[in-house]
Amino acid sequence: MKSKKIVLRFPATSADQPLIYYLVKDYDLVVNIIKANINPHKEGTLIMELSGANYEQGIEYIRSCGVQVQPLTEEIVRNHDRCISCGACTAVCPSGALYIERPEMNVVFDGEQCIVCQLCTRACPVRAMEARF
Amino acid sequence: MGVQKTYAEINERIRQGKAVVVTAEEVIQLVKTEGLTETARKVDVVTTGTFSPMCSSGVYLNFGHSAPRIRGHKVWLNGVPAYGGIAAVDTYLGATALPDDDPLNSSFPGEFRYGGGHVIHELVAGKPVTLKVWSYGTDCYPRREIETEVTLDQLNEAVLFNPRNAYQNYNVAVNCGSRTIYTYMGMLKPHMANIHYSTSGQLSPLLKDPHFRTIGVGTKIFLGGGEGYVAWNGTQHFPSVQSGPAENSILAAGGTLTVLGDLKGMSPKWLLGASFIGYGATMVVGIGIPIPILDEEVLRYAALSDADLYAPVVDYSDAYPNRKPESLGLLSYAELKSGWVTIKGKEIPSAPLSSYSKAKEIAEILKDWIQGGKFELTVPVKTLPTPADGVVGKPMPDKGTSGVK
Ligand code: SF4
Ligand code: SF4
Repeated sequence: MKSKKIVLRFPATSADQPLIYYLVKDYDLVVNIIKANINPHKEGTLIMELSGANYEQGIEYIRSCGVQVQPLTEEIVRNHDRCISCGACTAVCPSGALYIERPEMNVVFDGEQCIVCQLCTRACPVRAMEARF
Repeated sequence: MGVQKTYAEINERIRQGKAVVVTAEEVIQLVKTEGLTETARKVDVVTTGTFSPMCSSGVYLNFGHSAPRIRGHKVWLNGVPAYGGIAAVDTYLGATALPDDDPLNSSFPGEFRYGGGHVIHELVAGKPVTLKVWSYGTDCYPRREIETEVTLDQLNEAVLFNPRNAYQNYNVAVNCGSRTIYTYMGMLKPHMANIHYSTSGQLSPLLKDPHFRTIGVGTKIFLGGGEGYVAWNGTQHFPSVQSGPAENSILAAGGTLTVLGDLKGMSPKWLLGASFIGYGATMVVGIGIPIPILDEEVLRYAALSDADLYAPVVDYSDAYPNRKPESLGLLSYAELKSGWVTIKGKEIPSAPLSSYSKAKEIAEILKDWIQGGKFELTVPVKTLPTPADGVVGKPMPDKGTSGVK
C-alpha cells in the first residue's frame, strides 16, 4: 500500500469543492492533512499524506478536478548570499513565507510559513530559492 | 534670485571634502523640513540608484590574436553565442543570448538557466570562461578553429556597453487572463492575483531628473560597481512628463540611457545573470547617477517622493503582447511599495522586480565616493532629447511573416 506526502495546488475556481470528502468516500483512502491554506475564491494549497489501495486512482481524480499534484519535497531554503531582495517572489508566494520588511524593503523568508509549493524556485530570477529533498 | 551653482563650484567643494551629498531618499525629508531654497543652498549632490534586470546590456571584448591568426566568424563564450560580425578578434556578447542547445520554451515554461548575463557575471568574477571560435579561413587568417580558456585579465579590452538601461519608468504588470503567464515582468497569476512593478521609484535615476537637465552624454556614473559613463540616449528614448493625479505629482515615462564602462573595474556583486521563467535570460545591472543641485528646479524634481511618482498599469495577457494602447489606470510608487493595491475594486498583492534595498546601497556607495573626493561630477558634452523635443516611437512596418523562421 502506497503512502506519500503530496502537495495539492487548487486554482481559485476549485478551492471550494469537497475533494477530500470524495477521496475518503469514493476511493477509500486514508488522508492525513499536514498543512492547509485554503480560502474561498482564492488559490489554495494543501499538504497531506495519502495512502490506500486506490492511491493512483485518487490522484487521477484530484488531477481531473484541475488541481495540481506534486510530491512534497522536504524543505525550501534560501541561499542568502544569492538573494538580492528584489521582491519578485513575494506576491507569487501563496503562504506569506516570503515577504517584504518595510520600510527597508528587504525580503524575509520565514521557513515556518512555507508550504513547499516551490513557486518561488521558479519565480526567483537569480535562483536563490532551492528545494532540498 | 534663487540658488545657482555650477559644476565647477560643486567639484571644488568635492575636492576640498566639503561637498554635501545626500541620497535621493534622504533629500525628500530634508526638503520637507528645511524647504526647497534652504536645501538647494545646502545640498550639492543627490545620488540615485537602481538594481534591476536590464535586457539591453552586453560586453564587447577583444580576445587577442592566436598564432596562426583566426578571424572569428562564429564565437561562443561558455557555450553562449557571441556576435562575430565585427573585426577578427572582437566580439559582442549580449545579456539575453542563450546557448544553441537551450530547450527554450519547448517544454513551456522554459527555465533559461544560463545566458549571456551569467557569462558576464562569471567573467567579472574573474572565473575562467571557455572561448570557442570558428572561422572559414582566409589567406591572412588561416586558422579555422580554437577552443581555449580566457579570464578577464587576459582580455585586451572588456567594455560593458548597454544600449538601453535605466528605464525612467515602467509599466506595472498585471494578468487579466485566465491562465498564469510568464513574462519579463515575472510570473503573473490569472485574474489579477498579483501585480509587479519594476523601478526603484524615488531612488530611480531618470525619475529624479525627468527633464534631463543634468544627465547627458558624458555624465559619469556608478555602473556595475565601477565607474561608467552615459554614452548617448538609450534606444527607445521617448521621454515625456505629464502631471499625475495627485497635486504636484508626475507621470514620467520613456527616457533611457546608453551606458558604458570598463568591465575590468566592475564587480560581480552588481552584474548578475538572471533567468525569467518562460521568458529568457537577462542581467541585473546596478546603476547610480549623481544629480548636481544646480538650482531649486533641479532639486524640486530630485526630491519627488514615491507618493509623487506614478506608473501605468498594463494587462500583460492582452494589451501588452498585442500592443493595444490600453491602461488600467495609474498607481503611485507609494501605493505599489505598500504591498497592496486596488484596481477595479480588487485588492491585489504587489511586488517589485527591482531591488529597492540594493538601489539604496548603490546610492549610498556613490555618496561615499563623492564625499570621499574620489568621484567628481562631469559636465555633459551634449544634452539628451528632453520631453519638450517630443520624440515619439515608430511602430514596425508589418509585412507579414512568410519566410521568417
Ligand atoms: S515554496 Fe516558496 S513560494 Fe511556496 S510557500 Fe514556500 S516560500 Fe512561498
Ligand atoms: S525573487 Fe529571489 S532574489 Fe528576489 S527576493 Fe525572492 S529570493 Fe530574493
